[in-house]
Amino acid sequence: EDHFTNGCEGADNSEIRFKLCQDLWHKIRADTEVLQDELNRKILDSLLDFTRKCSSTRQHSDWASQMRASEIPTAALVLGVNVPDHDMTFQSLSELLQQSVTPHVASVQAKECGALKHLMKRVLERLMDTVVTVDDEEEEETEQTSTQLHKSVHCSLSTLCDWYNAKTMKSKTGTPGKKRSSPVRDDPQQPPVVIIFKDLEAFNPKVLQDFILICSRYVERLPLMFIFGIATSPSTIQHMLPHSVSSLLCIELFQSLSCTQHLATVIDKLILTPQFPFKLNGKVMQVLMSIFLYHDFSVRNFIKGVQLALLEHFHSQPLSVLCCKKKEALLNVMQLSHHDLESIRHLLSFRRYVEKQEPQEQLNLFRDDTHLKEVCQKLIKDLRKYHKNYYPVLRCLHTLTSSLPRYPLGKQVRELHLICLEKNVWENEDYQTAMKLLKMLAKDELIASLQRCVEILQPVKSKKMKKALVELEELLAKFKQLDINSSWANITLAPRSHLSPPESQTLNEVCYYSSSATVRRHLNATPRTSIQAALSSPYYYLQNESLKTEDGTVSNAAPDICIAYKLHLECGRLINLYDWLEAYATVVSAAEGNNPDSDNVRKVEEVKHARFIQAVSELEFLGFIKSTKQKTDHVARLTWGGC
Amino acid sequence: MAALLQHAGYEEERLLRVAQQMPCREVQAGMLLSLMGQPQQYSYPSIFIYGHRASGKSHVMHVLLKELELPHATVSCVECVSVALLFEQVLLSFFGCDAASLLPRSPSLSDFVRIYRQQCSQSPAKQTRYIVMEKAELLRDTDANLLPALLRLQELVEDNVTIILLSEIVWDKFRPNTGCFEPLLLHFPDYSKGELQQILSQDRHPSYTAEFYSSYINILLGVFYSVCRDLRELRHLAALNFSKFCEPLAEGKVKETDTHKLWRNIEPHLKKAMQTVYLREVSSLQWEQMQQMEEKESGALRGLSAHTHVELPYYSKFLLIAAYLASYNPARTDKRFFLKHHGKIKKTNFLKKNEKTSNHLLGPKPFPLDRLLAIFYSVVDNRVAPTASIFSQISSLVTLQLLTQVSHDDQLDAPKYKCAVSMDFICAISRTVNFDIVKYLYDFL
Repeated sequence: EDHFTNGCEGADNSEIRFKLCQDLWHKIRADTEVLQDELNRKILDSLLDFTRKCSSTRQHSDWASQMRASEIPTAALVLGVNVPDHDMTFQSLSELLQQSVTPHVASVQAKECGALKHLMKRVLERLMDTVVTVDDEEEEETEQTSTQLHKSVHCSLSTLCDWYNAKTMKSKTGTPGKKRSSPVRDDPQQPPVVIIFKDLEAFNPKVLQDFILICSRYVERLPLMFIFGIATSPSTIQHMLPHSVSSLLCIELFQSLSCTQHLATVIDKLILTPQFPFKLNGKVMQVLMSIFLYHDFSVRNFIKGVQLALLEHFHSQPLSVLCCKKKEALLNVMQLSHHDLESIRHLLSFRRYVEKQEPQEQLNLFRDDTHLKEVCQKLIKDLRKYHKNYYPVLRCLHTLTSSLPRYPLGKQVRELHLICLEKNVWENEDYQTAMKLLKMLAKDELIASLQRCVEILQPVKSKKMKKALVELEELLAKFKQLDINSSWANITLAPRSHLSPPESQTLNEVCYYSSSATVRRHLNATPRTSIQAALSSPYYYLQNESLKTEDGTVSNAAPDICIAYKLHLECGRLINLYDWLEAYATVVSAAEGNNPDSDNVRKVEEVKHARFIQAVSELEFLGFIKSTKQKTDHVARLTWGGC
Repeated sequence: MAALLQHAGYEEERLLRVAQQMPCREVQAGMLLSLMGQPQQYSYPSIFIYGHRASGKSHVMHVLLKELELPHATVSCVECVSVALLFEQVLLSFFGCDAASLLPRSPSLSDFVRIYRQQCSQSPAKQTRYIVMEKAELLRDTDANLLPALLRLQELVEDNVTIILLSEIVWDKFRPNTGCFEPLLLHFPDYSKGELQQILSQDRHPSYTAEFYSSYINILLGVFYSVCRDLRELRHLAALNFSKFCEPLAEGKVKETDTHKLWRNIEPHLKKAMQTVYLREVSSLQWEQMQQMEEKESGALRGLSAHTHVELPYYSKFLLIAAYLASYNPARTDKRFFLKHHGKIKKTNFLKKNEKTSNHLLGPKPFPLDRLLAIFYSVVDNRVAPTASIFSQISSLVTLQLLTQVSHDDQLDAPKYKCAVSMDFICAISRTVNFDIVKYLYDFL
């Protein structure tokens, strides 16, 4: 909170804004979590079924299942390449497993299991909740604590076996009454032991093979089960495991929802709804979308981006106090200070609004604070109404156009949304073609999509939408009577009144976050560019007046590394160190205003030499040059281009 | 049969039971028994047994030691991630857990010998003690002194103890270059077809006659013997397909004795099994479900390797394409492909002698990061900022094993990579981004 208040624009209402921001974020996060749980439900359910089935067939004793009891049941879970999102899936998976199938679940990651004994240790630790000793010097500290807490156990599966037997025996004898009293939970006497490998590709194949070999020795005594998390394709299993190992597994495949579908649902529920007062404008949306599509496919990062935008919005825009629920917003309007009202008057959209008013009204708006507050309340209500109407109409338009050949307005709702955010959609060329195509559509198809529109509009509660709904139903009736031409105007009119871009709405700055550059800078960092910027124009970062220069040159007073950098840009692929030093010394002595002929040249030279060496080694550290053996006293440049 | 297993010092009844449990291995068992001698006699210090997978090495040892009630410890070397585990298991099974707990943290070989001697002086061996080490080939990777020491453990601990090493590799590959005590070598040959038939016929289904099952095994071996002689695998396949074999019987179409009709019914089915379940394309569970389904439906089930499609972010696709080009094109030809005015260089002009063979036959070549990025920027159609996420995508491609890093992980400057995807894969990827990769490949010029 302190960080938020510090350096925040308009500090007087920062606390309210902070609270609003937090509330909103919590709500968004809770909603997305629920959403993701729902999306994962199907695959998780089938996985749970699989584990249940496996543990139950184990207890069957018919001839065929006895014959192949030595196979370890394995679920290969294909999750797609958006690795950052997987954590959440695995989290909920292991929770669900623990709730409904078995208490014994351990999940391991590749990076913590470099060698077999580490993998073993992790698995045992997570299953048994104890500290397991591996004969390693690194664990001196843990050993001391563990001997106090538990009798430290040796790291082998036989230990696990003993533990498991003790556990199941205990539950058999210890709580027999409880078992009988709860017949609903028909959990088997021997719950399976599930081991989840979160990122199969990253595991060392040798480690995995050995582990599976060991496990298969114990599978008769210990009902083991594996779940492989696979990011690419299931054929990696065959690449990693030879036949002798994969023949020990009984692999079943599970495919999860693709991440684009996942994102579509998240956008649908998060962005394309009037529920949340906070909005993103077209450019910011574009940035977030392109990061998703071009770079990482990660829904989690997308939501993180939304979070950043949210925080930035509340941080930098004092008027964001009004970005909340209707009642609160109206209340907050009344509490606006004079300073805030001034900033409202400066808003671009507000000025446009004022220009349209009568001269007297204009004067009132500028002079009278209370009047302005009333007007603001009205405007905020208008904005809310606009949002309420915008999304249903957007969806209607999408249902109408999404089935058209070659998708003139995009396949996904988000594409249409982006078009609408940019400018008046009906001025768009694609819109015209879409409408033309729509006219050529077969009658029954058109009726079907109109029917769907009606369904979309039905739950909406605003007056205008009610009216539109009635109109649409009339239209549908007319269509059924083959009277097509007269009613075309109606379809095309609806979007005009409701899909105007948000920039045209008064007070849109309250809700819309527009600084796409900030988002891009934060989420899609360009370290190299910023280092180069710092080296070639140090003023940009240091803000020291003496460093201010013309374009493309470096002042003599710049830090040593900047001068060295500037000089090295003038060289070719190999740089002669002595020449470089000479050039550097000249520049620096010019800066100090020394007469090169004076007596203490020799002495200064040594200091300069040291400074030069430091600058060069800094450049080497930053990766611009490296030492080379091709030529003595030379270094090699690692970057292209010059001044 | 049992005549071979007669040996002084053991009860005849027990020997008979042993013989029943290991068909077709009487010769080897008899040899082993004569090596082991009578229980109280000192035995040879170390015996080395080798033979292919599933040739009954562990089984014979297990049955012998168990049925004759000899003191023994069985250790699998895969399981012993550290020598401590090995020592512990041996001590545990000989002297109980008190002895095992005497071992210090990270024990050395001499610790083990010391404790062994100490324990053994308290309870000296009345019978020969046996230590069986399965998958002994892994001992080669442990400390250099372990294998020689184990081979003459009898001398070291001054006790009646014998080490038996089981391995799939011949002894010649074990012999340390410092020399060591030579163990007695014993070879377990592969089972012949007849022997396999005999063994497999033993685990018959309880509700069918032995002759019927044995005729089934005969058919099964006829199909699979040419590709697979692994007993375990064959047993697995037999179990999976038996229900299908019995189907016409259950329907009442054929009698048990009508083997020809049964063969006609099962043969195509077994052929299919060879292509799917034997290669683990389809798991055994799914295979059983398939058998219950109708013939036409089962075609919908695809094997593991059929799923090769991978969704990638837009720039990752181009990075992968660039990596592929860098791996399969000689660096000299980059100019021709990616420079606008490369001049008309004909292929024949810059063909070197060794480049006449296809690069695709030679496999991917390593390339530095710089080259990858240079090709990437010229391949991708719009301008891309060199952001951090581009670089992180390269490393995530490495974790996904689509690229492999050739240089060491610690080497930060100028890392080298190789592209690890197939031609088909990259063609599919480039089709999705409308990039004609064949036009950029030197081999297809």
